[in-house]
Amino acid sequence: MQTNGLKVNELSVFYGEKEAVKKVSLSFAPQTVTALIGPSGCGKSTFLRSLNRMNDTIGGVRTTGEIWIDGVNINDPSIDVVELRQQIGMVWQRPNPFHKSIYENIAFGPRYHGIKKKKQLDEIVEDSLRKAALWEETKDRLHNSALALSGGQQQRLCIARSIAVKPKIILMDEPASALDPVSTSKIEELIAELKKEYCIVIVTHNMQQAARVSDRTAFFYMGKLIEADSTEVMFTNPTQKETDDYISGRFG
Amino acid sequence: MEQPAVKGQKVAFVKPHVREEWIGRIYTTLCILFLIVTIVAIVYFVASKGLSTFFKNGVNIGDLLTGLKWNPEGEPPLFGALPFIFGSFSTSLLAALIAAPLGCCAAIFMTQIMPGVGRKYLQPVIELLAGIPSVVYGFVGLSVIVPMLRAIFPGQGIGIMAGSLVLAVMILPTITTIATDALAALPSGLKEGSFALGATRWQTIYRIVIPTTLPALLTGVVLGMSRAFGEALAVQMVIGNAPHIPRSLFESTSTLTSAITLSMGNTITGSAHNNALWSLALILLTMTFIFVFIVRVLERRNHR
Repeated sequence: MQTNGLKVNELSVFYGEKEAVKKVSLSFAPQTVTALIGPSGCGKSTFLRSLNRMNDTIGGVRTTGEIWIDGVNINDPSIDVVELRQQIGMVWQRPNPFHKSIYENIAFGPRYHGIKKKKQLDEIVEDSLRKAALWEETKDRLHNSALALSGGQQQRLCIARSIAVKPKIILMDEPASALDPVSTSKIEELIAELKKEYCIVIVTHNMQQAARVSDRTAFFYMGKLIEADSTEVMFTNPTQKETDDYISGRFG
Repeated sequence: MEQPAVKGQKVAFVKPHVREEWIGRIYTTLCILFLIVTIVAIVYFVASKGLSTFFKNGVNIGDLLTGLKWNPEGEPPLFGALPFIFGSFSTSLLAALIAAPLGCCAAIFMTQIMPGVGRKYLQPVIELLAGIPSVVYGFVGLSVIVPMLRAIFPGQGIGIMAGSLVLAVMILPTITTIATDALAALPSGLKEGSFALGATRWQTIYRIVIPTTLPALLTGVVLGMSRAFGEALAVQMVIGNAPHIPRSLFESTSTLTSAITLSMGNTITGSAHNNALWSLALILLTMTFIFVFIVRVLERRNHR
């Protein structure tokens, strides 16, 4: 399950004629958390979505450049996106559990990747919920509707759901911005725990959150990658003026 | 000095708004009262007329609901309405069976496969079907569907099959429109979540999209069925109107609505025959209530 991480080479994303992401090159090491920060509309979410080819589902989007995972360029049209998305999980800003039971939410992905035996599915469900720190709260009501869970629990369920297909990389698009502070800190603890096994890329608007959870930080502005370095350096001693202005809140 | 000023201010603030408030309140209350009175009056009228068949004319309620012979002017008069009830149920059920998959699949195409073209061009075209008068449907049924069925199957072409086909086309816009709205209202995160787990578009549609919107899709089907159940003219033109239970889909039969429209003008108010027709109307009304009730239950499930 280990990976050499993710290496992005000159990735550009166009919405029609508009270039939303401009020739970004960036590497993500295994077992690290990388935070993507920047003002709204800077292209960081678009960049994140292109990493598991989710932009393919929107018409009129063109992506150029290379994304390498374990020696395979996944931005090649011949790549099977179904296979790819098994390796790269994704969690959204708003929790989006399916209108099914907790158990079925987790089992949904593995079933599509050929796991049919109930015993095996049971194991995956328990394992995924444990990793997402949700097992204790839900083990007695696995077959109740997932919609009855609180917002924070739903978000952890969505994380458990993406773990269930055994990805190597997890992408998170502002995973805590719709949650209250207590749920947010639980998600952050969870990210720190998941880091031990996965390569995590997280988009966040919350500077403190970026500082707390990430090992590396990348600053995006106007579709360009301005600077990427270890989080400590980025927050204390950035080399670019824009980065310094944004992090210290002197922006716009 | 201060006190009177405050008082004056208060009065100036409150008065005109209290009046506006009351005018709006009285007007809306009158409107809703008018609606309630109308509905109660209709129900009371149909029920009193329909029930007098049993109380005044001494017809057994069981005979009416299960009797096979309808001959109100005969000697003795027979009031067996089962052929009509059977005709109404079988045509509207079959119409729903034909139209439901068509309407739901059309809605899936318009929202999931080609949302741009679907919402912009196809939906208005399908909604146009709802605006065509039912006599036109009946006429097309009579001049196209009936001869076609007559050529392919044994019999005269008229009957349940012809009625169902005409009704299916008539209720297609209802089902499609409601299904399209339901599918379009699906939270977009659900589809993305499914894609991100590696599911294909078809897997997403039949595992996530359809199960999530199923109560709303069924609402559309039930509303379509209730429209088919109440439709009189188009069915009457193609069904043949023979008051007996047919042995095949291509044999003349009748429905509650067509029995009422065909005979109501030829009976004397207060006669047993006239009252019996009101009883048929009462059955229709009751069925409509049941359909509405089913829709409410489905909607409650949808919002949970």
